Amino acid sequence: MAKLNMVKALNLALLEEMERDPDIVVIGEDVGVDGGVFRVTEDLHRRFGGRRVIDSPLAEAGIIGASVGMALYGLKPVAEIQFSGFSFQCFHQIENHAARYRQRSQGRFHCQLVVRMPYGGGVRALEHHSESEEQFYSHMPGLKMVIPSGPRTARALLVASIRDPDPVIFFEHKALYHASKEEVPDETEVMPIGRAQIVQEGRGLTLVAYGAMLRVALEAAETLQAEDGVAPEVIDLLTISPLDREALVASVGKTGRAVIVHEAPGSFGPAAEIATSIMEGAFLSLEAPIRRVTSYDVPFPGFAREKATVPDVARVLAAARETLAF
Amino acid sequence: MPRTLIEPQFPIERLSILDSDGKLDAKLEPRLAPDDLKRLYRAMVLGRRLDERMIKLQRQGRIGTFAPIKGQEASQIGSVFTLGPKDWMVPSFRETAAMIWRGWPIEKILAFYAGRLEGGQPGPEQHDLPVTIPVATQLPHAVGLAYAIQYRGDDAVVMAYFGDGATSEGDFHEAANFAGVWHGPVVFVCQNNQWAISVPLKKQTNSRTIAQKALAYGFPGIQVDGNDVLAVYTASREAVDRARAGGGPTLIECVTYRLGMHTTADDPTKYRADEEVKAWEQKDPLTRFRVYLEKKKLLDASVDEQVDEEIARAVERFEAMPATDPLAMFDHAYAELPPGVTAQRAELTTRLETPSHGAAADSVEPASPPMRGQRRTSRWTS
Repeated sequence: MAKLNMVKALNLALLEEMERDPDIVVIGEDVGVDGGVFRVTEDLHRRFGGRRVIDSPLAEAGIIGASVGMALYGLKPVAEIQFSGFSFQCFHQIENHAARYRQRSQGRFHCQLVVRMPYGGGVRALEHHSESEEQFYSHMPGLKMVIPSGPRTARALLVASIRDPDPVIFFEHKALYHASKEEVPDETEVMPIGRAQIVQEGRGLTLVAYGAMLRVALEAAETLQAEDGVAPEVIDLLTISPLDREALVASVGKTGRAVIVHEAPGSFGPAAEIATSIMEGAFLSLEAPIRRVTSYDVPFPGFAREKATVPDVARVLAAARETLAF
Repeated sequence: MPRTLIEPQFPIERLSILDSDGKLDAKLEPRLAPDDLKRLYRAMVLGRRLDERMIKLQRQGRIGTFAPIKGQEASQIGSVFTLGPKDWMVPSFRETAAMIWRGWPIEKILAFYAGRLEGGQPGPEQHDLPVTIPVATQLPHAVGLAYAIQYRGDDAVVMAYFGDGATSEGDFHEAANFAGVWHGPVVFVCQNNQWAISVPLKKQTNSRTIAQKALAYGFPGIQVDGNDVLAVYTASREAVDRARAGGGPTLIECVTYRLGMHTTADDPTKYRADEEVKAWEQKDPLTRFRVYLEKKKLLDASVDEQVDEEIARAVERFEAMPATDPLAMFDHAYAELPPGVTAQRAELTTRLETPSHGAAADSVEPASPPMRGQRRTSRWTS
């Protein structure tokens, strides 16, 4: 067991998988000699060379479009989009092609492709460097949308994503990259895509979160236990799409209440789908309306004001207490 | 510091071998075997006759909208002819003649335009991508394929098709730039048919040629008479051979003309003059090639008949296809269907097994019973 931060854990996953499978190539802006602007691909260029760790021209559609072509040939590209805010420049390649090639070609081709993107706020960054866009990708049939919450899940889910025969959008929260270190097993760990984790068993309330919001939910849970005598169940979603409805329904079937936390704006976001799934599966168990705690429906307001829109412990607590008092 | 010329002015070649009057430049005439010349002609005729038949099928409602190729047969067949079975062909959506050359069964193409998913499935050994509809977005795929070919050390070349309108798209420029940097075995074939729906070339680009756009990306571009199958063949042969030998990409601009409509949903009389179309009809790629073959005594008078027969048989096979199974929409959405989609599939299965689904309009009671504990609301008593 080694204690690693999320950057090192992701780097380990890439290293192990590239050693295992020569069809895996890494492509993106500054991913080679520089090792990536967040150092996630550090040292891979030195170990595997420029043919496998490709410093691409600065063009997102070119990166993903070329990756689709490589995948159609049988390679397994792991593409990096430097910031998720720039992924709209390759949105069409993801939606029109990566997500559809299996169906369009009726199984003759498929895209075993991972698109890694740093996302999220809280790092005092400029516009387009702080947003959360998982709602766009989780809405697309043919894609999977994965968001780890720490070093261990990051490593295990990146390995799973690389091995998944379908395209996976893999979001890495920038604020988590160096946030903490965690024990990571020596043996390659693979976590199943499409499964949520109950990180804390509890009663009376379910808190659903993912990515950097997991820590916010866990802190809120701690306060609720200390101050309100309620020990909520906390679910780390890990995969946004396909959604683990079974885990959500089972948990709320037991607790009767749910608060969903995410950093993306609320309207038409993942929380809406999560709430509907709970309503459909656990309607008769619900003791209170399901609450969402999300960013507001405004464009990202700049880092001087981001604390006012990104969910924090106080907002989660307020929503939880209202739900409990309903 | 003086101003210096850092790069010489690049000349752009234009190649024409057989002009619209059937006059041949014998010095440039490619050495093609008689059988190959016959095959080229037959494939062009097949493209033309199928196009005509497909318009009828579309007007009869037997297939949906498609993009006719009339006038572009030489651009397609002259280029695709230079590929081997291990090479890759990347079409846009107006390459029907080239796709048939590559082995797509006609009935499969008809099925595709009849809205059937199975029409987009290349054969297991076929190195062809299916039709790509969003303009220019297939070009980065071609570059990725070429990269993968180099990566694996395989002997194959990629040929990618697009139109003049596509050269305005970012994906064209990104693909060309990547191809130049990676120096991959890819040949870009632009069918410059003068019109992107209603927008003429002069509104599409201020470049004198499309071929010259290659120079900015560091590889050669050549303009050819796209209605001259010998010129298209010659330029393609050079480009494919160069790519295969490690010489990198080429852009071939085939100057041609869309004699028909953009798609069967388009009325070109709204935006272009009859005289222009008539002038291009005089440059028909089939007419001049027929004259050329006649002079060589290679023209088989029965080609039209053979081709019509082939099309008729294919239309029969298309018409005999079984009804579509709606459930097949789930077959290739994912490698393994996620639970939520599995549930949706089950719902559709149930709907399909219930002949009168959704037809309970005369019943006051809703189709499903209330959930346990649910209150009866006003909807139940009305």
